[in-house]
Amino acid sequence: MVAEKIDRVARPGEIPSAVGEAAREPDELDDLYREIILDHYRCPHNKMAPGATDLTCSDRNPICGDELTLGIEMQGPCIRRVCFEGRGCSISMASASMMTDVVKDKNVEEAKDWIRTVKDLMKGVGRKSDDELGDIEALKGVAKFPVRVKCALLCWSVLEKALARQDGTRPAHGEEKGR
Amino acid sequence: MALAAERQPVLDVQAVRDLFPILEQRVHGKPLVYLDNAATTQRPRAVLDAMAEFYESYNANVHRGIYAFSEKASARYEEVRSKVQALIGAAAPEEIVFTRGTTEALNLVAQSWGRANLREGDEILVTEMEHHSNFVPWQMVAKETGARLRCARVTDEGRLDREDFRANLTGRTRIVALAHVSNVLGTINPVADLAREAHTRGAIVVVDGAQAAGHLPVDVRALGCDFYAFSAHKMYGPTGVGALYGRLDLLDAMEPTMGGGGMIGEVTLERTTWADVPHRFEAGTMPIAEVIALGAAVDFLLDLDRETIRAHEERLTSYALARLKSCRGVKVFGPPTTAGRAPVLSLASHDVHPHDLATVMDRDGVAVRAGHHCAQPLMRRLGVGATARASFALYNTTDEVDAFIRSLEHAEAFFRGS
Repeated sequence: MVAEKIDRVARPGEIPSAVGEAAREPDELDDLYREIILDHYRCPHNKMAPGATDLTCSDRNPICGDELTLGIEMQGPCIRRVCFEGRGCSISMASASMMTDVVKDKNVEEAKDWIRTVKDLMKGVGRKSDDELGDIEALKGVAKFPVRVKCALLCWSVLEKALARQDGTRPAHGEEKGR
Repeated sequence: MALAAERQPVLDVQAVRDLFPILEQRVHGKPLVYLDNAATTQRPRAVLDAMAEFYESYNANVHRGIYAFSEKASARYEEVRSKVQALIGAAAPEEIVFTRGTTEALNLVAQSWGRANLREGDEILVTEMEHHSNFVPWQMVAKETGARLRCARVTDEGRLDREDFRANLTGRTRIVALAHVSNVLGTINPVADLAREAHTRGAIVVVDGAQAAGHLPVDVRALGCDFYAFSAHKMYGPTGVGALYGRLDLLDAMEPTMGGGGMIGEVTLERTTWADVPHRFEAGTMPIAEVIALGAAVDFLLDLDRETIRAHEERLTSYALARLKSCRGVKVFGPPTTAGRAPVLSLASHDVHPHDLATVMDRDGVAVRAGHHCAQPLMRRLGVGATARASFALYNTTDEVDAFIRSLEHAEAFFRGS
């Protein structure tokens, strides 16, 4: 929480409205809690227990206690489907729900690109157009609430961890035959 | 003092608020409603002045120089020991060790008394409602010594399960460590009774007083505890300083956990002897300004009278509990009445996650805490990942409780979409 008398100067590249209390509009809550976010929170997509053969990966946010487990169904280098379970705030749950939509049927490189995109979005840096971002565009407002950025990024860091592990342990081409 | 309104146990809240410059601040265009006092309280002008006065007019290191400023600083520093002694009813000023705070104080007991006295198979008993700072140090020393850490359960009402406590208290229990007041539930533990039970089993009793020292009258001898730890910043003093009370005979037999300047008797190439208690435990230059300011905080509390403070905070808590009853879908953890309850309220809403609640409330100028409050074992017991917590101090008002409830209703409506 920042007291009103404090004013900051915008740094280059920062979203102007993210700095200085004077720049904060009364409807900033609506910027954070966009209808799309609330929809994903109330009716999350792909929120279910991971399947038995899914690649699973979990993490928690030690500061706030949010927990998240991803179940990833891989087919070669391609992510066929991602599901999640866990508990957390609207931002963390909505972000996870959106993530399961955008990385479905993407290859690992494309998924990693999405991870970078969302991380940059939290710094106020846009790498994709609003059209390309789709629902993810709604996460833009989170950048104005620095303490909530970690909420939005929890699922993306779990995905990153899962994919890194997958990279390290996945058998090289041609070695999967015996399974 | 005008504030205490002599012979009348009603606190003049407006007069008290005028002593706290920060309370005039506005947040997001709204008056600040500061309800995170269990994390840290605000400081009155007298505490801020004490720090400034030290730096501006007699800054010097203590117990070292033979010149006027050092003598004055040393005298003021040692005076605070006597003030703290008076605040908590210790038998002698030497029973007060200054530390960095509650955490360091509890670690000192664990690392010094614990290491020297725990053997394999011995037991340490804590409770499910402990803050991590009264959990982790015991886990660490248990691992080092082969002792076993046991944990007494909390009832559904958020009180210590006395039966379970007795069942876990055995002939092997050497240490019982528990909170005077839970930082999540607000529960006031019956320390005097529990200490009696622990002593009949031959255990020592270590009390985490972080949430009590600024809110309740504390008398360590009436409580019968062997160690009592607290932090200045949760009782209107500065950060970076706190105190450990220890029974003199116990402190006397304890080894320091940190070596350095100021804690020695004599140093030779071969060995070092220790200074007397309490300086043995205060190695290096201590936070002198903070200790002196802690003295100002103690004066502040004693001037206002803690029974009066307690009565005011009980009224706030009781009012908040009553208003929360009519909030649909909101569950309040901890004892349902103010009996045996300090001004700490944790809640969970059916529709709004604690973090979302805290964000919406912040926009309304209301500062509350959301998270696990460094009490993950308790969160597991309550079956939640996090709670939202409002905690009151002597400068809070029922109007602020109303603002808190309004903001809670605002958040509920926002997330329900109505």
